[in-house]
Amino acid sequence: MAGAHTQQMDASTAWGGGTSPFKVSYGKLMMWFFLVSDGLTFGGLLCALGFAKFANPEWAASWPMGEEVFTHIPFTHMPAPLIYVAFMTFILIVSSVTMVLAVEAGHRMDKKGVIKWLMLTVVGGLIFLGSQVWEWSTFIAGPDGNLSTWHDNTTLQHNCYGGVYEVVGEHEHMHTEITSYGPTLYANFFFFITGFHGFHVFTGVLFNLLVLRNVVRGVYHRRGHYEMVEKVGLYWHFVDLVWVFVFTFFYLV
Amino acid sequence: MLVRDDIVEYSLDTHHSDEQGKVVRKKIWKVTAILSIITTIEVLVGIYLPKGDNPGLQWDLIKWGYIILTAVKAGYIVLVFMHLGDERKNLRYMILVPYIIFILYLIFILRTEALYVNDAWEFLK
Repeated sequence: MAGAHTQQMDASTAWGGGTSPFKVSYGKLMMWFFLVSDGLTFGGLLCALGFAKFANPEWAASWPMGEEVFTHIPFTHMPAPLIYVAFMTFILIVSSVTMVLAVEAGHRMDKKGVIKWLMLTVVGGLIFLGSQVWEWSTFIAGPDGNLSTWHDNTTLQHNCYGGVYEVVGEHEHMHTEITSYGPTLYANFFFFITGFHGFHVFTGVLFNLLVLRNVVRGVYHRRGHYEMVEKVGLYWHFVDLVWVFVFTFFYLV
Repeated sequence: MLVRDDIVEYSLDTHHSDEQGKVVRKKIWKVTAILSIITTIEVLVGIYLPKGDNPGLQWDLIKWGYIILTAVKAGYIVLVFMHLGDERKNLRYMILVPYIIFILYLIFILRTEALYVNDAWEFLK
Protein backbone atom coordinates (compact mmCIF):
# COMPACT_ATOMS: atom_id res chain seq x y z
CA MET A 1 0.00 0.00 0.00
CA ALA A 2 2.98 2.30 -0.01
CA GLY A 3 1.89 4.07 -3.19
CA ALA A 4 2.40 7.72 -3.97
CA HIS A 5 -0.81 8.59 -2.12
CA THR A 6 0.53 7.36 1.21
CA GLN A 7 3.76 9.28 1.04
CA GLN A 8 4.35 11.77 3.73
CA MET A 9 3.73 15.30 2.69
CA ASP A 10 6.25 18.03 3.19
CA ALA A 11 5.09 20.09 6.16
CA SER A 12 5.96 23.32 4.41
CA THR A 13 3.52 22.65 1.56
CA ALA A 14 0.59 21.59 3.69
CA TRP A 15 -1.77 24.45 4.53
CA GLY A 16 0.87 26.84 3.19
CA GLY A 17 3.13 25.88 6.07
CA GLY A 18 0.43 26.56 8.68
CA THR A 19 -1.54 24.01 10.62
CA SER A 20 -4.64 22.19 9.53
CA PRO A 21 -7.79 23.86 10.86
CA PHE A 22 -9.23 20.54 12.02
CA LYS A 23 -6.07 18.51 12.41
CA VAL A 24 -7.70 15.32 11.21
CA SER A 25 -7.15 13.37 8.02
CA TYR A 26 -9.52 13.58 5.09
CA GLY A 27 -10.98 10.14 5.76
CA LYS A 28 -11.76 10.85 9.38
CA LEU A 29 -13.30 14.22 8.61
CA MET A 30 -15.51 12.64 5.95
CA MET A 31 -16.54 9.90 8.39
CA TRP A 32 -17.61 12.60 10.83
CA PHE A 33 -19.61 14.36 8.10
CA PHE A 34 -21.29 11.09 7.26
CA LEU A 35 -22.08 10.39 10.90
CA VAL A 36 -23.62 13.85 11.33
CA SER A 37 -25.92 13.27 8.36
CA ASP A 38 -26.75 9.75 9.51
CA GLY A 39 -27.38 11.11 12.98
CA LEU A 40 -29.83 13.60 11.49
CA THR A 41 -31.63 10.72 9.78
CA PHE A 42 -32.08 8.86 13.05
CA GLY A 43 -32.89 12.11 14.85
CA GLY A 44 -35.58 12.80 12.24
CA LEU A 45 -37.06 9.33 12.64
CA LEU A 46 -37.23 9.55 16.43
CA CYS A 47 -38.67 13.07 16.22
CA ALA A 48 -41.33 11.72 13.84
CA LEU A 49 -42.22 9.13 16.48
CA GLY A 50 -42.61 11.98 18.96
CA PHE A 51 -44.78 13.86 16.45
CA ALA A 52 -47.10 10.88 16.11
CA LYS A 53 -47.34 10.60 19.88
CA PHE A 54 -48.09 14.26 20.54
CA ALA A 55 -50.43 14.64 17.57
CA ASN A 56 -52.83 12.08 18.98
CA PRO A 57 -52.19 11.40 22.64
CA GLU A 58 -55.50 9.58 23.05
CA TRP A 59 -54.51 7.11 20.38
CA ALA A 60 -50.92 6.87 21.60
CA ALA A 61 -52.30 5.94 25.01
CA SER A 62 -53.12 2.54 23.51
CA TRP A 63 -49.49 2.07 22.51
CA PRO A 64 -47.50 -0.28 24.67
CA MET A 65 -45.62 1.32 27.53
CA GLY A 66 -41.85 1.22 27.34
CA GLU A 67 -41.22 -1.54 29.82
CA GLU A 68 -43.99 -3.66 28.27
CA VAL A 69 -42.61 -3.59 24.76
CA PHE A 70 -40.64 -6.78 25.08
CA THR A 71 -41.09 -9.06 28.08
CA HIS A 72 -39.74 -12.38 26.84
CA ILE A 73 -36.47 -14.16 27.46
CA PRO A 74 -35.43 -17.37 25.70
CA PHE A 75 -36.26 -20.80 27.16
CA THR A 76 -38.86 -19.53 29.59
CA HIS A 77 -42.38 -18.13 29.64
CA MET A 78 -41.73 -16.05 32.71
CA PRO A 79 -42.64 -12.41 32.01
CA ALA A 80 -39.42 -10.42 32.31
CA PRO A 81 -39.87 -6.78 31.35
CA LEU A 82 -36.79 -5.05 29.95
CA ILE A 83 -34.33 -7.83 30.83
CA TYR A 84 -33.70 -9.04 27.30
CA VAL A 85 -33.42 -5.54 25.85
CA ALA A 86 -31.09 -4.58 28.69
CA PHE A 87 -28.93 -7.54 27.69
CA MET A 88 -28.86 -6.29 24.08
CA THR A 89 -27.92 -2.80 25.27
CA PHE A 90 -25.14 -4.20 27.42
CA ILE A 91 -23.76 -6.28 24.53
CA LEU A 92 -23.58 -3.18 22.36
CA ILE A 93 -21.85 -1.15 25.08
CA VAL A 94 -19.31 -3.93 25.62
CA SER A 95 -18.60 -4.22 21.89
CA SER A 96 -18.10 -0.46 21.81
CA VAL A 97 -15.55 -0.83 24.60
CA THR A 98 -13.67 -3.61 22.78
CA MET A 99 -13.65 -1.37 19.69
CA VAL A 100 -12.08 1.54 21.55
CA LEU A 101 -9.54 -0.89 23.02
CA ALA A 102 -8.72 -2.05 19.47
CA VAL A 103 -8.10 1.59 18.50
CA GLU A 104 -5.88 2.01 21.56
CA ALA A 105 -3.89 -1.11 20.66
CA GLY A 106 -3.51 0.29 17.14
CA HIS A 107 -1.94 3.43 18.56
CA ARG A 108 0.75 1.24 20.12
CA MET A 109 1.18 -0.66 16.80
CA ASP A 110 0.17 -3.78 18.74
CA LYS A 111 -1.12 -5.92 15.87
CA LYS A 112 -2.09 -8.87 18.08
CA GLY A 113 -4.03 -6.60 20.42
CA VAL A 114 -5.93 -5.03 17.51
CA ILE A 115 -6.83 -8.46 16.16
CA LYS A 116 -8.02 -9.68 19.56
CA TRP A 117 -10.21 -6.67 20.36
CA LEU A 118 -11.54 -6.27 16.83
CA MET A 119 -12.55 -9.95 16.76
CA LEU A 120 -14.39 -9.53 20.07
CA THR A 121 -16.13 -6.46 18.61
CA VAL A 122 -17.33 -8.50 15.64
CA VAL A 123 -18.56 -11.25 18.01
CA GLY A 124 -20.46 -8.64 20.07
CA GLY A 125 -22.06 -7.27 16.90
CA LEU A 126 -23.13 -10.74 15.82
CA ILE A 127 -24.62 -11.50 19.25
CA PHE A 128 -26.59 -8.25 19.05
CA LEU A 129 -27.86 -9.06 15.56
CA GLY A 130 -28.84 -12.58 16.64
CA SER A 131 -30.68 -11.16 19.65
CA GLN A 132 -32.57 -8.76 17.46
CA VAL A 133 -33.53 -11.57 15.10
CA TRP A 134 -34.95 -13.48 18.07
CA GLU A 135 -36.79 -10.40 19.31
CA TRP A 136 -38.34 -9.72 15.93
CA SER A 137 -39.29 -13.32 15.29
CA THR A 138 -40.97 -13.41 18.70
CA PHE A 139 -42.93 -10.27 17.80
CA ILE A 140 -43.94 -11.56 14.40
CA ALA A 141 -44.53 -15.25 15.05
CA GLY A 142 -45.65 -15.03 18.68
CA PRO A 143 -43.73 -16.21 21.73
CA ASP A 144 -44.36 -19.86 20.90
CA GLY A 145 -43.68 -19.51 17.21
CA ASN A 146 -47.13 -20.87 16.37
CA LEU A 147 -48.63 -17.63 15.16
CA SER A 148 -48.54 -17.01 11.45
CA THR A 149 -48.78 -13.42 10.38
CA TRP A 150 -49.23 -14.64 6.81
CA HIS A 151 -52.43 -16.33 7.86
CA ASP A 152 -55.55 -14.44 6.87
CA ASN A 153 -53.64 -12.31 4.34
CA THR A 154 -52.11 -10.21 7.04
CA THR A 155 -48.99 -8.30 6.33
CA LEU A 156 -45.99 -8.00 8.52
CA GLN A 157 -46.95 -4.50 9.52
CA HIS A 158 -50.05 -6.04 11.08
CA ASN A 159 -47.89 -7.71 13.62
CA CYS A 160 -49.23 -9.37 16.73
CA TYR A 161 -47.71 -6.51 18.65
CA GLY A 162 -50.08 -5.41 21.33
CA GLY A 163 -52.87 -7.33 19.63
CA VAL A 164 -54.87 -10.14 21.11
CA TYR A 165 -54.39 -13.72 20.17
CA GLU A 166 -56.16 -16.81 21.37
CA VAL A 167 -55.67 -20.54 21.22
CA VAL A 168 -58.20 -22.31 19.00
CA GLY A 169 -58.77 -25.93 17.99
CA GLU A 170 -58.80 -29.09 19.99
CA HIS A 171 -56.12 -31.44 21.23
CA GLU A 172 -53.30 -31.81 18.75
CA HIS A 173 -54.90 -29.35 16.35
CA MET A 174 -54.44 -26.45 18.73
CA HIS A 175 -52.99 -23.32 17.19
CA THR A 176 -52.92 -19.63 17.91
CA GLU A 177 -54.87 -17.11 15.91
CA ILE A 178 -54.80 -13.36 15.90
CA THR A 179 -58.11 -11.92 17.00
CA SER A 180 -57.13 -8.27 16.91
CA TYR A 181 -54.11 -6.31 15.87
CA GLY A 182 -52.06 -3.89 17.88
CA PRO A 183 -51.56 -0.26 16.90
CA THR A 184 -50.06 -0.42 13.42
CA LEU A 185 -48.54 3.07 13.43
CA TYR A 186 -46.53 2.10 16.48
CA ALA A 187 -45.43 -1.13 14.78
CA ASN A 188 -44.38 0.84 11.69
CA PHE A 189 -42.17 3.09 13.75
CA PHE A 190 -40.86 0.26 15.88
CA PHE A 191 -39.88 -2.04 13.04
CA PHE A 192 -38.58 0.74 10.82
CA ILE A 193 -36.37 2.40 13.41
CA THR A 194 -35.04 -0.73 15.11
CA GLY A 195 -34.69 -2.32 11.66
CA PHE A 196 -32.76 0.66 10.30
CA HIS A 197 -30.52 0.49 13.34
CA GLY A 198 -30.08 -3.27 12.89
CA PHE A 199 -29.09 -2.61 9.28
CA HIS A 200 -26.41 -0.23 10.56
CA VAL A 201 -25.16 -2.89 12.97
CA PHE A 202 -25.03 -5.34 10.07
CA THR A 203 -22.98 -3.02 7.86
CA GLY A 204 -20.82 -2.16 10.88
CA VAL A 205 -20.01 -5.85 11.37
CA LEU A 206 -19.16 -6.10 7.66
CA PHE A 207 -16.82 -3.08 7.83
CA ASN A 208 -15.20 -4.46 10.96
CA LEU A 209 -14.64 -7.81 9.26
CA LEU A 210 -13.09 -6.14 6.19
CA VAL A 211 -10.75 -4.07 8.36
CA LEU A 212 -9.96 -7.12 10.50
CA ARG A 213 -8.90 -8.96 7.34
CA ASN A 214 -6.56 -6.10 6.46
CA VAL A 215 -5.17 -6.03 10.00
CA VAL A 216 -4.46 -9.76 9.88
CA ARG A 217 -2.74 -9.35 6.51
CA GLY A 218 -0.57 -6.61 7.98
CA VAL A 219 -1.78 -3.88 5.63
CA TYR A 220 -1.96 -1.23 8.36
CA HIS A 221 1.26 -2.34 9.97
CA ARG A 222 3.09 -1.72 6.70
CA ARG A 223 1.25 1.58 6.31
CA GLY A 224 2.65 2.63 9.66
CA HIS A 225 -0.62 3.50 11.41
CA TYR A 226 -3.96 1.91 12.25
CA GLU A 227 -6.11 4.91 11.42
CA MET A 228 -8.53 2.74 9.44
CA VAL A 229 -9.44 0.91 12.66
CA GLU A 230 -10.20 4.29 14.18
CA LYS A 231 -12.43 5.26 11.26
CA VAL A 232 -14.56 2.11 11.34
CA GLY A 233 -14.46 2.51 15.12
CA LEU A 234 -16.19 5.88 14.76
CA TYR A 235 -18.96 4.22 12.78
CA TRP A 236 -19.26 1.41 15.32
CA HIS A 237 -19.54 3.82 18.25
CA PHE A 238 -22.17 5.74 16.31
CA VAL A 239 -24.24 2.55 16.06
CA ASP A 240 -23.98 2.19 19.84
CA LEU A 241 -24.91 5.87 20.25
CA VAL A 242 -28.06 5.45 18.17
CA TRP A 243 -29.06 2.40 20.20
CA VAL A 244 -28.79 4.45 23.40
CA PHE A 245 -31.53 6.72 22.02
CA VAL A 246 -33.61 3.93 20.49
CA PHE A 247 -33.49 2.12 23.84
CA THR A 248 -34.69 5.22 25.69
CA PHE A 249 -37.47 6.21 23.32
CA PHE A 250 -38.85 2.74 22.63
CA TYR A 251 -38.19 0.70 25.74
CA LEU A 252 -38.11 3.24 28.56
CA VAL A 253 -40.19 6.35 27.81
CA MET B 1 6.31 15.60 -4.22
CA LEU B 2 2.58 15.16 -4.57
CA VAL B 3 0.55 17.83 -2.90
CA ARG B 4 -2.44 16.12 -1.39
CA ASP B 5 -3.92 16.89 1.97
CA ASP B 6 -5.85 13.69 2.44
CA ILE B 7 -3.25 11.29 3.78
CA VAL B 8 -0.85 13.32 5.77
CA GLU B 9 0.96 12.13 8.82
CA TYR B 10 0.36 15.21 10.91
CA SER B 11 -3.33 14.44 10.64
CA LEU B 12 -3.83 12.91 14.04
CA ASP B 13 -2.23 11.37 17.04
CA THR B 14 -2.06 7.92 15.52
CA HIS B 15 0.55 6.71 17.95
CA HIS B 16 1.15 6.72 21.65
CA SER B 17 3.57 5.03 24.00
CA ASP B 18 2.87 2.15 26.38
CA GLU B 19 2.67 4.57 29.33
CA GLN B 20 0.16 6.80 27.55
CA GLY B 21 -1.72 3.64 26.60
CA LYS B 22 -2.14 2.77 30.25
CA VAL B 23 -3.70 6.17 30.95
CA VAL B 24 -6.01 5.81 27.94
CA ARG B 25 -7.09 2.31 28.99
CA LYS B 26 -7.80 3.47 32.51
CA LYS B 27 -10.08 6.16 31.13
CA ILE B 28 -11.80 3.63 28.88
CA TRP B 29 -12.56 1.32 31.81
CA LYS B 30 -13.80 4.23 33.89
CA VAL B 31 -16.22 5.28 31.16
CA THR B 32 -17.29 1.64 30.71
CA ALA B 33 -18.20 1.54 34.41
CA ILE B 34 -20.14 4.81 34.15
CA LEU B 35 -22.09 3.64 31.09
CA SER B 36 -22.88 0.28 32.72
CA ILE B 37 -24.04 1.91 35.95
CA ILE B 38 -26.29 4.38 34.10
CA THR B 39 -27.80 1.57 32.01
CA THR B 40 -28.39 -0.52 35.15
CA ILE B 41 -30.12 2.42 36.85
CA GLU B 42 -32.34 2.95 33.79
CA VAL B 43 -33.29 -0.71 33.65
CA LEU B 44 -34.01 -0.95 37.38
CA VAL B 45 -36.17 2.18 37.27
CA GLY B 46 -37.91 0.75 34.19
CA ILE B 47 -38.69 -2.50 36.02
CA TYR B 48 -39.61 -1.16 39.47
CA LEU B 49 -41.18 2.19 38.56
CA PRO B 50 -43.20 1.41 35.42
CA LYS B 51 -45.28 4.08 33.75
CA GLY B 52 -48.53 2.30 34.61
CA ASP B 53 -47.96 2.66 38.37
CA ASN B 54 -46.63 6.21 38.26
CA PRO B 55 -48.94 8.52 36.35
CA GLY B 56 -48.82 12.29 36.19
CA LEU B 57 -46.02 14.35 37.63
CA GLN B 58 -44.10 11.35 38.93
CA TRP B 59 -43.86 9.92 35.42
CA ASP B 60 -42.79 13.28 34.03
CA LEU B 61 -39.90 13.29 36.49
CA ILE B 62 -38.94 9.72 35.61
CA LYS B 63 -39.19 10.51 31.89
CA TRP B 64 -36.93 13.53 32.17
CA GLY B 65 -34.58 11.46 34.29
CA TYR B 66 -34.31 8.96 31.45
CA ILE B 67 -33.71 11.71 28.90
CA ILE B 68 -30.98 13.31 31.03
CA LEU B 69 -29.28 9.95 31.65
CA THR B 70 -29.44 9.23 27.92
CA ALA B 71 -27.82 12.57 27.13
CA VAL B 72 -25.05 11.85 29.66
CA LYS B 73 -24.42 8.43 28.08
CA ALA B 74 -24.39 9.98 24.60
CA GLY B 75 -21.91 12.60 25.80
CA TYR B 76 -19.51 9.97 27.14
CA ILE B 77 -19.75 7.89 23.95
CA VAL B 78 -19.14 10.86 21.64
CA LEU B 79 -16.48 12.64 23.68
CA VAL B 80 -14.48 9.65 24.96
CA PHE B 81 -15.16 6.61 22.79
CA MET B 82 -15.29 8.61 19.57
CA HIS B 83 -12.40 10.77 20.83
CA LEU B 84 -14.21 13.97 19.92
CA GLY B 85 -13.17 15.40 23.27
CA ASP B 86 -9.52 14.95 22.27
CA GLU B 87 -9.93 16.60 18.87
CA ARG B 88 -9.30 20.24 18.13
CA LYS B 89 -11.91 22.65 19.44
CA ASN B 90 -12.70 23.75 15.85
CA LEU B 91 -13.67 20.25 14.80
CA ARG B 92 -15.56 19.54 18.01
CA TYR B 93 -17.78 22.59 17.65
CA MET B 94 -18.22 22.14 13.92
CA ILE B 95 -19.66 18.66 14.54
CA LEU B 96 -21.69 19.30 17.68
CA VAL B 97 -23.10 22.82 17.42
CA PRO B 98 -24.98 22.62 14.10
CA TYR B 99 -26.27 19.15 14.96
CA ILE B 100 -27.57 20.14 18.38
CA ILE B 101 -29.15 23.36 17.11
CA PHE B 102 -30.88 21.54 14.27
CA ILE B 103 -32.19 18.69 16.42
CA LEU B 104 -33.45 21.04 19.13
CA TYR B 105 -35.26 23.04 16.45
CA LEU B 106 -36.71 19.85 14.96
CA ILE B 107 -37.97 18.72 18.36
CA PHE B 108 -39.47 22.16 19.00
CA ILE B 109 -41.20 22.48 15.62
CA LEU B 110 -42.54 18.90 15.51
CA ARG B 111 -43.88 19.14 19.04
CA THR B 112 -45.54 22.48 18.31
CA GLU B 113 -47.07 21.26 15.07
CA ALA B 114 -48.16 17.99 16.68
CA LEU B 115 -50.08 19.93 19.33
CA TYR B 116 -51.83 21.94 16.58
CA VAL B 117 -52.68 18.72 14.75
CA ASN B 118 -54.11 17.42 18.00
CA ASP B 119 -56.21 20.58 18.38
CA ALA B 120 -57.56 20.03 14.87
CA TRP B 121 -58.55 16.44 15.72
CA GLU B 122 -60.25 17.60 18.89
CA PHE B 123 -62.09 20.31 16.93
CA LEU B 124 -63.33 17.81 14.34
CA LYS B 125 -64.71 15.44 16.95
